[in-house]
Amino acid sequence: MDSRRSSRAVIDPKVRQVGFFTSAPLPPDRTQSDPPDPIRSPPLADASSPGNSLSPVMIPPPRHPSDSLLRLPHSPSDAFPPPSPTTTTTSLGDFSDDVTAASSPPPAAARVRGRGSSVKQQGAASSFPGGGFEVPPSVKAPSSVPASGLTTVSVVKLPPGISVEVQSDRALNSKPLKEKTSKAERRAIQEAQRAAKAAAKAEGIKTPAVTALANAKSAKSTKPSPQRNDSAVVVAASEKKGGDRSVEKDRKKDVPHPRMQYDDKSRVQKLKKRSVVKPTEARNRVELFRHLPQYEHGTQLPVLQSKFFQLDTLHPAVYKVGLQYLSGDICGGNARCIAMLQAFQEAIRDYSTPPAKTLSRDLTAKISSYVSFLIDCRPLSVSMGNAIRFLKSQIAKIPISLSESEAKATLHSDIERFINEKIILADRVIVKHAVTKIRDGDVLLTYGSSSAVEMILQHAHELGKQFRVVIVDSRPKHEGKLLLRRLVRKGLSCTYTHINAISYIMHEVTRVFLGASSVLSNGTVYSRVGTACVAMVAYGFHIPVLVCCEAYKFHERVQLDSICSNELGDPDSISKVPGREDINHLDGWDKSENLQLLNLIYDATPSDYVSLIITDYGMIPPTSVPVIVREYGRGQLWIYEECDPLASPGRCSDAVFFVDGLIFYPSQHLVLSFWFPDRPPSGLNNDLLERSDNFVTVAENGNFTNFEL
Amino acid sequence: MPDTQVLVNDFLNKLKKRKIEGSQATARQTAELLRSVISQQRVPYTNQAGALIDAVKAVGEQLIAANPVELAVGNIVRRVLHIIREEDLSLTTAAIGGLNLSAVSDDENDDDRDGDSTLSAAAVAAAARSTLRPPSLQTLLEDTPVSAAVPQTSSSGGDSEGKTADKSSRSRKLKHDVIEAVNELIQDIVTCHEQIAEQAVEHIHQNEVILTLGSSRTVLEFLFAAKEKKRSFRVFVAEGAPRYQGHLLAKELVARGLQTTLITDSAVFAMISRVNMVIVGAHAVMANGGVIAPVGMNLVALAAQKHAVPFVVLAGSHKLCPLYPHNPEVLLNELRSPSELLDFGEFSDCMDFGSGSGSPLLHVVNPAFDYVPPKLVSLFITDTGGHNPSYMYRLIADYYSADDLVVQRRATAGN
Repeated sequence: MDSRRSSRAVIDPKVRQVGFFTSAPLPPDRTQSDPPDPIRSPPLADASSPGNSLSPVMIPPPRHPSDSLLRLPHSPSDAFPPPSPTTTTTSLGDFSDDVTAASSPPPAAARVRGRGSSVKQQGAASSFPGGGFEVPPSVKAPSSVPASGLTTVSVVKLPPGISVEVQSDRALNSKPLKEKTSKAERRAIQEAQRAAKAAAKAEGIKTPAVTALANAKSAKSTKPSPQRNDSAVVVAASEKKGGDRSVEKDRKKDVPHPRMQYDDKSRVQKLKKRSVVKPTEARNRVELFRHLPQYEHGTQLPVLQSKFFQLDTLHPAVYKVGLQYLSGDICGGNARCIAMLQAFQEAIRDYSTPPAKTLSRDLTAKISSYVSFLIDCRPLSVSMGNAIRFLKSQIAKIPISLSESEAKATLHSDIERFINEKIILADRVIVKHAVTKIRDGDVLLTYGSSSAVEMILQHAHELGKQFRVVIVDSRPKHEGKLLLRRLVRKGLSCTYTHINAISYIMHEVTRVFLGASSVLSNGTVYSRVGTACVAMVAYGFHIPVLVCCEAYKFHERVQLDSICSNELGDPDSISKVPGREDINHLDGWDKSENLQLLNLIYDATPSDYVSLIITDYGMIPPTSVPVIVREYGRGQLWIYEECDPLASPGRCSDAVFFVDGLIFYPSQHLVLSFWFPDRPPSGLNNDLLERSDNFVTVAENGNFTNFEL
Repeated sequence: MPDTQVLVNDFLNKLKKRKIEGSQATARQTAELLRSVISQQRVPYTNQAGALIDAVKAVGEQLIAANPVELAVGNIVRRVLHIIREEDLSLTTAAIGGLNLSAVSDDENDDDRDGDSTLSAAAVAAAARSTLRPPSLQTLLEDTPVSAAVPQTSSSGGDSEGKTADKSSRSRKLKHDVIEAVNELIQDIVTCHEQIAEQAVEHIHQNEVILTLGSSRTVLEFLFAAKEKKRSFRVFVAEGAPRYQGHLLAKELVARGLQTTLITDSAVFAMISRVNMVIVGAHAVMANGGVIAPVGMNLVALAAQKHAVPFVVLAGSHKLCPLYPHNPEVLLNELRSPSELLDFGEFSDCMDFGSGSGSPLLHVVNPAFDYVPPKLVSLFITDTGGHNPSYMYRLIADYYSADDLVVQRRATAGN
């Protein structure tokens, strides 16, 4: 905002123009500040378009040369008068009012976005077209017109993230620029053509109806077409930097697949054919949860056991883990994930590539079949999903030149490292962070049984802090009892109660520590059912809620309620109350048509109830979750990437979080130092190194596994 | 008297041992006990109302002390006291009003400034009006002398001469009337479900999803009344641990053909986004509109507020308590046995009492009630209709007289 204000003082002292306007009298310095960029200014986006000079935005109107260049059966929109500036401006806001700006900002925008960080680091910022005039368009556009279809498209398609930067930088370094751009241009043209064709197709479908209708209405209906075209152009322009097509594809792939919906009959049928377990569907299902799988509990286990000798495709270790999931012997995100990974480790150890098959292909298929078996046993947790994704990407990365034994050893150590660094080490970092939040005299409330919270409490107790723990428990699992038992054994002073009494007990509580099964990209904490209730009451009492969650459990999915995606437990465990034989009102409930028992496993806590998320990258507000997901979520690039981070300093000084008034630099310093223990990363100045000293000490050790907290 | 004393002691024991479940049962039994106390009470020749009040207060004090958390007891004691005062008033009014009706109507305006001679008759008349008429601005303005006038009238009525002929018939009549009124009260308590349930159709429409917690007879009847009116809707029942009364409610709802889903209490937040209305019963309704309810209710109310779901409380008039709560989570609560949460001895193996400071490491908290502040309640439905939480104090004022808010015998009274 500051830059904007000061620049206004220089350039725009008198007239403050608001909204959409055509700026005929151009301040001269604006065109001057725009560097003639022969590489980037594409020929197709010819700036001489007369319609363009009137438009306050960079979007070319439908009669733009790019259109004429593409010249498609794009008749209906041509038949109508070109949209007035107002119609086009709705899509992008006052981006820039320059003639040349119509073509040049997109690459610049792409560049800014590519670095994904403050303008300060950008050499480009000074030479940015219209830079002295407005905030960079990449910042401006989404904020000013968030709802417009075009902006969203461009946001999606623009290459966000650092990986883009890395790749493109390397590409730029390695290849001659000239060739690069021309290639990119060709690609851009193709892209634009494709989009235009699609648009035209849509138009063609619409035209018969449109012609019959009144003029105004048809004008409305054709509006999407120029926009779509424009978006194509924007995208094309943004691709000028080149080399990021594949990344873009990756990005698209990153959008989480829609989950399996179990109310989709045909897909369920398909799934059943493949599945090993063949569960019987539960009767009396709750209407609201038809999209989730629910099977008769207790029927799967015997079936599976009897099938043991027929399941020759399944590795015994995987089979064992599956049974343990099914019977509930292993529960909790971390435990399940570790068990699964260890089973996979064993399976890989015993694996041998069949003749005439490649290891990476065959092993991926194998792992997939294991995974679907495990899903049959119990739906995957997010942590497991992420681990599987990691493993598959590691398998895919194995060079073909590697021998089988070497590949297996690599995978083995990869899995080992994942367990160590992502789970065990992460937990220790979390403990270290969280313990700083415990003071003497605190009353800490926790819900259910979270392994991370348990470690925190025990560590704080070992440090000699004087505090009391309130364990809130709920039916039907009573996981809190197990935690209570372990903590009482250690000599912690505990209070035990049920979730119903939460508003009673909350009066005396000073901190709430919660575990999470996953943290979703919108800050929603997906956790054991009841967590949301606890967080809500704590929020009502103005008590800080600290969620402890390892970063590998973060997921880019978003969720607003607990219904769209959840897991259903055994309904019988609700009707029965262990140890209370007098409560038998619901014996034989399944005979009744009207009664359903609902045993939800998870719920989603809205991010506004969460004060802080303690993760292995530090303590972050829930709003920073998408940053973590974006920066570190992609296949754990930062651990294993074989590139030289020093070649892409943009990665080093990224994302800065402000927590508790302290500047926190995410632990990529740690990562960088880990890779280059002898060389200080050039992207970090001394200031950064000092502030993140605990990570630097780690770097001196130079070894993750000997890492002392 | 001895037989009433036995009854009273019996009831006291039950209350102390928490043998009576539910405020409705308690209210009914209290009313019945007080009825027998009144009928057994020998009435003196003069100041009969005073004698009855004293007798009821004496018993009521013990009853309230036996279970101070069961507010219904106190409510009923106060209701009965109020009835006695009212009946006495109406009798006096009838007696005096019949004599000098014209006088009253004439100098109504100067009554307040006049001396004792006219005060009794006029004030009594005004008080009688206030009890017989629905509240209006006029009665509100005239309300003040009533409380002051009542004890006076009873005494003055007894002392006044020239009416001795009425005496014997009046003495019997008062007791008779009071017992009649208490019978009505008992009837009201018994039938309050029906009156509340009558309003069900106004609040439940087709295809609604309703959430409730625990078990309440009122809620059951309410839902069933809507069902009988051919409304089809779906009920989510939170089981209400650790008493699991939701199981009972679910069973009964299913038996009556309602679509019911039983959920755990922890799933309330997850499910409430799909719920159209929360309908719950209460343990007691305080004068500020706050609700004392089974444990877990505050959770439901907060979740409902978060999702802008109406939170409706059903309460019979015997649950309306004229007291204002202070720190109700603690003071109007009681802790039940920990064995409902943890079995005895379950943790004996990991508790080491030999060492340490001697204070046990493990506490188990099992409160019975929750307090829902008035701002979380959207609507109260009582047998007199729907009311805002902010209106409750006024509604409650109709049932009780201000003198009885503290049920304690005055040191000077009686002797």
